[in-house]
Amino acid sequence: MCSLALFPPPPAPGDVTLYECHNALVSGHIYEKLPLAFQDQLADLPVLTIPKETLKAHSRLEHSTKPAFIHHQETLWKRCLNAWRDVGMCGVLNEVANAEEADLQWMKTGSSWALALCHWVSSLHGSLFPHLSLCSEDMIAEFSQAVDWAGCSIRAFAWHPHTSKFAVALLDDSIRVYNTNSATVPILKHRLQRNVASMAWKPLCASILAVACQSCVLVWHLDPTSLSTRPSSGCAQVLAYPGHSPVTSLAWAPSGEMLLSASPVDTAMLVWDVSTENCVPLQWFGGGGVTYLAWSPDGSKVLAATPSAVFRVWEAQMWTCERWPTIKGRCQTGCWSPDGSRLLFTVLGESVIYSLSFSEYSGEMQGQVGGSKTASIVADLSETTFETLYGEARIGGEVHSMVWDPSGERLAALIRGNPETPESRTIVAVFRTRNSPVFELLPCGFLQGEPGAQPQLIAFHPCFKKGALLTVCWSTGRISHIPFFFVSAQVPCFSPSPSPVVALSSSSASVREQPLFSEL
Amino acid sequence: MVLGWRVAASIAWSVLLLPLCTAVFISISSIDLFHPIQWISNSFNDWYTSYVIFCILLMSVVILIISIFNVEFYAVVPSIPCSRLALLGKIIHPRQVIHSVVHAIMGMLVAWCAAVMTKGKFQFLALPCTASESLDGAVQHMCLNEYHLFLLLSGAFMGYNYSLLYLVNNMNYLPFPIIQQYKYLRFRRSLPLLVKRSCVESLYLVRNVCVAHYFFGYIPRAWISTTMDLHTDSKLHPLDTLTGLLDLSLLYHTWLCGVFLLITWHVTWLLFKIYATEAHHFPVQPTFAEETDQCLPKILNSNPPLIIKFLALQDLMLLSQYSPIRRQEVFSLSQPGGHPHNWTAISKECLNLLSDLTQKLIMQQEAAATNGRVKQPSTGELGRSLSSSEAAVKEEMAFQTQRSNVISRAHMPSLVKSSLLPLKALSTSDLGSSFGSPFSSPALNRKAGILDLNSPWHGSVQSPHVMRRGPKLWTSSSDLQMNGSPQASFSMISVARVGNEATQPSFIYTWLQNKQEQVRSFLSKRVLIMYFFSKHPEASIQAVFSDAQMHIWALEGLSRLVAASFTEDRFGVVQTTLPVILNTLLTLQEVVDKHFKLPHASSKPPRISGSLMDTSYKTLRFALRASLKTAIYRITTTFGEHLNAVQVSAEHKKRLQQFLEFKE
Repeated sequence: MCSLALFPPPPAPGDVTLYECHNALVSGHIYEKLPLAFQDQLADLPVLTIPKETLKAHSRLEHSTKPAFIHHQETLWKRCLNAWRDVGMCGVLNEVANAEEADLQWMKTGSSWALALCHWVSSLHGSLFPHLSLCSEDMIAEFSQAVDWAGCSIRAFAWHPHTSKFAVALLDDSIRVYNTNSATVPILKHRLQRNVASMAWKPLCASILAVACQSCVLVWHLDPTSLSTRPSSGCAQVLAYPGHSPVTSLAWAPSGEMLLSASPVDTAMLVWDVSTENCVPLQWFGGGGVTYLAWSPDGSKVLAATPSAVFRVWEAQMWTCERWPTIKGRCQTGCWSPDGSRLLFTVLGESVIYSLSFSEYSGEMQGQVGGSKTASIVADLSETTFETLYGEARIGGEVHSMVWDPSGERLAALIRGNPETPESRTIVAVFRTRNSPVFELLPCGFLQGEPGAQPQLIAFHPCFKKGALLTVCWSTGRISHIPFFFVSAQVPCFSPSPSPVVALSSSSASVREQPLFSEL
Repeated sequence: MVLGWRVAASIAWSVLLLPLCTAVFISISSIDLFHPIQWISNSFNDWYTSYVIFCILLMSVVILIISIFNVEFYAVVPSIPCSRLALLGKIIHPRQVIHSVVHAIMGMLVAWCAAVMTKGKFQFLALPCTASESLDGAVQHMCLNEYHLFLLLSGAFMGYNYSLLYLVNNMNYLPFPIIQQYKYLRFRRSLPLLVKRSCVESLYLVRNVCVAHYFFGYIPRAWISTTMDLHTDSKLHPLDTLTGLLDLSLLYHTWLCGVFLLITWHVTWLLFKIYATEAHHFPVQPTFAEETDQCLPKILNSNPPLIIKFLALQDLMLLSQYSPIRRQEVFSLSQPGGHPHNWTAISKECLNLLSDLTQKLIMQQEAAATNGRVKQPSTGELGRSLSSSEAAVKEEMAFQTQRSNVISRAHMPSLVKSSLLPLKALSTSDLGSSFGSPFSSPALNRKAGILDLNSPWHGSVQSPHVMRRGPKLWTSSSDLQMNGSPQASFSMISVARVGNEATQPSFIYTWLQNKQEQVRSFLSKRVLIMYFFSKHPEASIQAVFSDAQMHIWALEGLSRLVAASFTEDRFGVVQTTLPVILNTLLTLQEVVDKHFKLPHASSKPPRISGSLMDTSYKTLRFALRASLKTAIYRITTTFGEHLNAVQVSAEHKKRLQQFLEFKE
């Protein structure tokens, strides 16, 4: 089992991790150049800083026009009708219970009783699923993959699956799209684009971006050749479904036909046919909602995490699922190996990485997920103290988000420090991985940003030729790219079609059952 | 044969579900909240009575007949009526009339069963009279039970209504699901929506039945009581009065009967849909000689019933996506001879389908283009000549405004009205508000037309409707003048002038053209005829793409097979057809692009409300566009730079390069 004690100590304070070369992370001063041989690889990737101060806050916090008008007492009937339209049955009861009219005493008592009953029932429901009592912004902050979703200037980040283009969702609810080949930076704004929790580019397509907003899913159709910096809101398709908000996670099928969307409030996850705006709800009660989705790169399976201590793995042909109860907390994040045969996931409240392997996918076993019996622990990330020349450093804790690079050779885990101890910090740990013939997880090192910067979001570039490229969004609003130069053992998967690694995987079947360690 | 089994299974299931529905119906119909235990025990006892069992048997027959109609009427390609006349024609088509009549009878049967099972005052058509003369004891008169009759009539009405909606909503269309799911899960998923829709629909039906009965209720009552020699009970309220109809228990039971009828029929329909659209596994290579007819390449190349072809294409899509072993069979060579028969047959059929679609779209575009071209020069000339004599126009306005009162706004064909909207903004600034609403004045419309055609933005109108509907609007309004104003000869002259200025055809030809135009515009002026003949632009586009599901599957299957061939095709059978495939796809892409740039084609799918009816056929063209792009990208991303070695024309090469750079 890999543990943090095997890691090399973090870089000296003030140094910034620059790149990986010859199996070692190189850190240095921030303005240091890459070695000449690699410079052309990164020359055109935009490194930017979006500080919080530059973003204009909302001019108007409330979303109704109510405060702009003089208060006017309407008749009870009208108020009830309005409340019914705005809030529903509870609103009507509330309105009647708080009515000032004197002659409706019995109605008032009746409705206050009914209201109390409603509250009691909802609190019962809330005690079963505590997340339902959160307001939608807190809920997004709770389930988002960003460490500090509410406070940081960058809320979501997404690389385009085929080109060097990425989208950044910002605190002011706008999205900027950066492209290495063009200087124009389209800024996307829409009336419904509020509290962006996640974004995803459509695979096998030039420029379609799905955005998970508070009330709906927006699908932006951007023209890649257009020079406009403010695409009109007419370019956005609105995909809304009653009871399906806030949306916290999105996943496109790697073949580009379907979009999955999930909300912690809705027990069903929706399968969208985006071009026709049809959707199919995949209902599965239990768990109370779906918080996080991850579609395996070969398109065969989908991980769906719920707010309670259970997650599901759906099989994407007949859409049946396997249920996985966890011991301690809910599944926080997960990522798939490139061939879809292994799932790494982490659980809230435990500082370990679990691995779950699946039998090799073939079309003949319809409707079976094919997971192994138990998940095994592959890495222990509990708090470790490093003695360095500059003092002690305490690193370790729960994993907040985890990404696996498309070639399957590097795994980055965003480790959130223990909130009780002030000196432990949030840090990105990078592992070297190998998936076949046996699964291996080797330590690589810690990534460090500028002084005072905490990592916020991590993402791998989907088609970096010389190894892997990790993009880290820092809490200062800086977006930096850290390349890992290595020669990949297998050809990077450029196409989304499942690559044949049949011969290799069968040999690992025998050792799959027991936990696998590389060195200890 | 496959289909036969599926139909049988779906009927069996819907018949099996019938007792369950019946049990629920009986319990709810005799609901008694004040004596819950008595209610439950009573309804338990009711389930086993001979009445109920007989009713279930009778309703099974009804379900069977409904299923037979489902099977007879289903279609995988929806027929979309392009104008209201076509819709009317469909309604009075003998086939549909039989459908309606049978459904009305079935509805009546179900209502009878419901009435019998409800018991109470609904059970019998004839009851002994409660009036005073029965006290005489000598002759027991039988009286008509109007409640029973009301239920029967409402059942017939609901049956007819179901049949009508079946036609109008294209319920006979079998939409294929976007994801594969097990039948049970699909059924469970649609059940809540089905129940909800049935309840709501039944409410509306009860309202309509009540209205109909209030006005025409006396006819069947009189008829029944005379033919069956029944008396009317003078003590009870007749049901075609307000007090009679405001009977809560009657309304409740009618509604419940409607819900029961709709749910059982909708379930039958849903099960048939689920069973018929289930994916079927066609073998790629026959294992035995007698199976040759059932294997995929054979079926694709022959001309089977359309549903079989759809299923085969769906299977092709699934195998190309999920099944490496079956893909291997597709790429394999025939044993003696070494020919890639499977691949050739499949790819040929897919390419045929796609090039057929290309042809169809080109034809449609040409039709649309000539449509505009023929009309625009004449109207343009007319407009110009009119604008030169603007004085005459103004003179006439007073006359026109009077006329306009006759053609009130409400009577205008809806299409013309919608096209006027953008014009309104344009013309009001010019002409001021002295004429009130621009709708009321054809002359003003004409004025707007002039502006439209002469203004600099003539070529680049933002609103597509202005351009397309402009000419039509123009002809209709100009003819108003021709018929009633001193300007009748005016357009004659102008048209003649057009003739002289152009290639100078014979005068007779011009005259004939003119007459033809006159007849047409005379007809188009008649509001009713316009109402029936006006083509709905959206409907005609939908009609072009009504079978696009086939093409979508062909695209997906073909592109996935080609992409998989990059690693799996050991004999290189796909390589030989790659240039043809790329050519076809790129040509289709061009044509589809052009189609979406046509002025009348909306670029966004319409909003779909959560209804039970599947309206996916309305948005198939968007799905086609998306999957076409994805298909080309799938091939270009898989092959990457290797595509440069494929022989395609220079223009397509440029296009391919754009796809390779992700700039489409």
